[in-house]
Amino acid sequence: MYNFDFEKPSTIADAVSAMAAEEAQALGGGQTLIPTLKQRLASPSKLVSLSGIAEMKGVCEADGGISVGGATTHATVAAEAGAYPALAALASNIGDPAVRNRGTIGGSLANNDPAACYPSAALASGATIETNSREIAADDYFQGMFTTALEEGEIITNVRFPIPEAASYQKFEQPASRFAMVGVFVAKYVDGVRVAVTGASEDGVFRWTEAEEALSGNFSADAVEGLSVSGDGMISDLHGSGDYRAHLVKVLTKRAVAAAS
Amino acid sequence: MTQKNQYKLNVNGQTVEVTAEPRELLIYTLREQLNITGPHIGCETSHCGACTVTIDGKSVKSCTMFVAQAEGKEITTIEGLGGPDALHPLQEAFKEHHGLQCGYCTPGMITRASKLLEEIPNPTEEEIRFGMAGNICRCTGYQNIVKSIKAAAAEINAAKEAAQ
Ligand SMILES: Cc1cc2nc3c(=O)[nH]c(=O)nc-3n(C[C@H](O)[C@H](O)[C@H](O)COP(=O)(O)OP(=O)(O)OC[C@H]3O[C@@H](n4cnc5c(N)ncnc54)[C@H](O)[C@@H]3O)c2cc1C
Ligand code: FES
Ligand code: FES
Repeated sequence: MYNFDFEKPSTIADAVSAMAAEEAQALGGGQTLIPTLKQRLASPSKLVSLSGIAEMKGVCEADGGISVGGATTHATVAAEAGAYPALAALASNIGDPAVRNRGTIGGSLANNDPAACYPSAALASGATIETNSREIAADDYFQGMFTTALEEGEIITNVRFPIPEAASYQKFEQPASRFAMVGVFVAKYVDGVRVAVTGASEDGVFRWTEAEEALSGNFSADAVEGLSVSGDGMISDLHGSGDYRAHLVKVLTKRAVAAAS
Repeated sequence: MTQKNQYKLNVNGQTVEVTAEPRELLIYTLREQLNITGPHIGCETSHCGACTVTIDGKSVKSCTMFVAQAEGKEITTIEGLGGPDALHPLQEAFKEHHGLQCGYCTPGMITRASKLLEEIPNPTEEEIRFGMAGNICRCTGYQNIVKSIKAAAAEINAAKEAAQ
């Protein structure tokens, strides 16, 4: 691993100034970044740890939804997001206990791994990603695998989730890492149903709009029975082919609807 | 640019000061600077759990944390749970129920299990397997690890009841 300087600010303002240094990079729980640094795939001059910023930690209820601090660990979301049970359940199934004790929602959303769980929750919930400088709607935020709307040095400070009437996340685990081979998050709001799929597409997390239309008219697993998902553009690797992943998208959507209704 | 820094840690109840580059992984600080060799390095890629320690009351893989992140924290390793003269109930149970063969995964297993039993004092087999998911064993096939953790839970709960 290349060497770096280390800073641990205690306010967002101090973190923003620390991030202004050339080649500075934010450090959340390090569960993705530390392995990346070990492989010398990144060489930041400075790591700015966000774990000492109290205003970026914890879950609170805020007008019809919940607000999760960007440096909140998966374990804390699992324990404190009871107002949004499907989100708490998703967090409680990420990786393993030690990963959940360190990894954060901000790190997961900033990284936007195509097999990560949180991006599907943010997209299906129509969440708002708050940064130190602006608010970004989930629909504009995810821009392909490992790519987001974040600018250089921008920090995710909060994520706001409106709470749906019903929701469920179903993950088909890749058993060695417990990342999603495919994961589907279904959320039913008063004005319609949103379905977000992770783990499957070469473009990263996406909304399965045909299923959304079908489910908005009839919220039952039968409603998606007649739909089909193409294997084109789906990830093919040693864990499964594109066609297999496409198949899983529908299976998991049906399971999510059944679990939510 | 980067230089070595002083870091103050509390390891197994003792305050220690180490000099290290911020990039040093905590597992190396423990093993090579402090000679605390209970936590093992199995994969160094955050998958096997052999390096599991407890930091401020939470299970953490010490191969995926920098010493700089551990500044000011309380760290417990297997050495802090019990030793040859006074085994922790989990150490005793692993010994009695063949919860280990080569022993490589054992310090991480027991350190993690000690937290699991605080989170869930009387876990079912399913809860044990879920709660121990980050700890891999190449020898035992897990059956006897589950058995050992159940036995230790019974022991700890009985002792708690007797104390009341
Ligand atoms: C064994 C294992 C199993 C896992 N299983 C799963 C799983 O099942 N599902 C899943 O979704 N994930 C899984 N993960 C990934 C885990 O959830 C990570 O914690 C997460 O992806 C990254 O979060 P972090 O806080 O550790 O970020 P870091 O590793 O610290 O950072 C990741 C990236 O995000 C940036 N960053 C961090 N915080 C912020 C912020 N607040 N604002 C802006 N940028 C930021 C960093 O600069 C870096 O580029 C697993 C990881 C491991 C090691
Ligand atoms: S050595 Fe840390 S998880 Fe394997
Ligand atoms: S006893 Fe050998 S790895 Fe677990």
